[in-house]
Amino acid sequence: MSLTLLDKLWAAHEVRRNEDGQSLLWVDRHLVHEGSHHAFGKLAARGLPVAQPDLTFGVADHYAPTGNRNRITDPAIAKMLERLDTHAKQHGITLFGLDDPRQGIVHVIGPEQGLTLPGLQINCGDSHTSTHGAFGALAFGIGATEVAHVLATQTVWQTKPRAMRITIDGRLDPMISAKDIALHWIALLGTDGARGHAIEYAGEAVRALSMEGRMTLCNLSIEGGARLGMIAPDEVTYAYIKGRPFAPEGASWDAALMEWALLHSDEAAIFDREVSIDAAEIAPTLTWGTTPEQALPITGTLPDPADLPEGKARAASEALDYMGLHAGQALDGVPVDQVFLGSCTNARIEDLRIAAAVLRGRTARVPGIVSPGSMLIRAQAEREGLDRVFIDAGLDWVASGCSMCVGMNGDLVGAGKRCASSTNRNFRGRQGKGARTHLMSPAMVAAAAVTGTLTDPRPLMKGRL
Amino acid sequence: MAGWSRHDGTAVALPRDNIDTDQLIPARFMSASRAEGYGQFLLRDLREGDPDFPLDRFPQASILLAGRNFGCGSSREAAVYALVDAGIRCVIATGFGDIFAANAVNNGLLPARLAETPALMQALAGRTTSASIDLETSQIALNGATLQFDLAPVWRTKLINGWDDIDLTRAHLDDIRTFRDQRHKRHRWSWPASQNPQD
Repeated sequence: MSLTLLDKLWAAHEVRRNEDGQSLLWVDRHLVHEGSHHAFGKLAARGLPVAQPDLTFGVADHYAPTGNRNRITDPAIAKMLERLDTHAKQHGITLFGLDDPRQGIVHVIGPEQGLTLPGLQINCGDSHTSTHGAFGALAFGIGATEVAHVLATQTVWQTKPRAMRITIDGRLDPMISAKDIALHWIALLGTDGARGHAIEYAGEAVRALSMEGRMTLCNLSIEGGARLGMIAPDEVTYAYIKGRPFAPEGASWDAALMEWALLHSDEAAIFDREVSIDAAEIAPTLTWGTTPEQALPITGTLPDPADLPEGKARAASEALDYMGLHAGQALDGVPVDQVFLGSCTNARIEDLRIAAAVLRGRTARVPGIVSPGSMLIRAQAEREGLDRVFIDAGLDWVASGCSMCVGMNGDLVGAGKRCASSTNRNFRGRQGKGARTHLMSPAMVAAAAVTGTLTDPRPLMKGRL
Repeated sequence: MAGWSRHDGTAVALPRDNIDTDQLIPARFMSASRAEGYGQFLLRDLREGDPDFPLDRFPQASILLAGRNFGCGSSREAAVYALVDAGIRCVIATGFGDIFAANAVNNGLLPARLAETPALMQALAGRTTSASIDLETSQIALNGATLQFDLAPVWRTKLINGWDDIDLTRAHLDDIRTFRDQRHKRHRWSWPASQNPQD
């Protein structure tokens, strides 16, 4: 029988299946963060220990200060960080805390530390856990009750999602990134376009992506409603993993490679849904509204709600109003107040390099923050001199965390302010109450910094890649 | 968690698509302890400055009808806590974010999928109606009609019984241990390498 990658990963983790169709799945890696406090509370209420502290890893990221870490003035933030520390110590969980040189965003440091591997099941109380699927892992976000369940049993109950394949054929222009692919398909299919499905990304353009690009693509699966996203592992995957601190070595590495080679959909495998996209059709894409499906090429003009189907007209009208934009307006040239380069979506070394390529020798016309995905990426960027490029341009080079993507640490966009952002959600108030977020690639964020407007990054990238 | 099979209450419409969990509870409230009650945070920023906001006009509402893709976005279970603590027992929509729906069921909140939701919301505009939900038959009676909603049977059973997964799973601890030991033996690579650069 021909199997999909999803079938293979699911079968490998199924402890049992009930008659009602629910599977009890084994969790190879459980990642927790400050927001997991509700789950630890549930565990404490039952007096239960963490079942597998050896497979559980903690990270301080959602509330991590990006400025001065020695003196946290907000008591609510200090409390969140302390609680994580206490729970990790109490249960013997390895913690990448604020003072750890490996600290960073959970979906960046999992792969960076070699904790994320092909063939694993990875869960975390965060919807962007789909990021880890880039390695051919079964990785999905869960809620607090499920986090407590994983802590207590190292398993999770799930109904198997339907299998969907998005194939990106052809070659991607070097100035187009994984972020553009993701925003393109989400605009095409909608924020619930992949609901109830596990997406496997395939095709020549996906194969040609670096691991960083693959992580960006899988990360955004949830914004199209998918339960998870994944890409079959290949030589690019193995080269990324080899030698990382928690990755297998020696005989264990050889055994892993044998198994990983089988982690792909069989040629005759049937998917519940197939979508094909021509890479040549994908332009630099950004969001203009308050949901990721409200996205357009930078060369586009804003829709007139009157021309839209009834179901979308009101949402578009409200979004234009909230965003301070009007129908028929060209996106290119809209002034921005600030930029943000960071988040689990786009703050890896490759993202910083491409943004720096656009910014080198140029000055930012608007203020902005650059928050690397991890402190190790930050150190690497400094070795490469990228920090100087950002600082010389006038941007703030800060520490690592979720930062302005979600604003929990106090890095907020002011009401009515427009932010060009490399993040994942343009929801109302996501970056701060009343904040206006435009999601885009790191290159377009850098171009927005240089011009002070939403703009096509391609002219500014010429001769610099 | 207490199970339930029938609820009689007041239904109100919130005719917006893509009400994400960031709107259901803005991030800045998420460090609060549950004991404080999360109902006060529900849709805080959307309600502010809108005296006609349906949940403020009709605070007795316990059944919420909403647009497509309700609860998309962040996995924060706090979004469900906010609804539950505000007295909401059921949300009716054409579809839900997957993680939100699972979180809802884990907290006794019914995420009922109903294709007729847009028409019902139109009929309800600006007013409330009494409604009855029967979980046993997956039916909702409101506005003079009885409609069949979609809910996975496993979730229906869970809501009715008020089951907690940890209790159920503990009956399978032997299976889990066997699975773990086999995985450790046959797929040793799947455990984190023991060496730790910090040690």
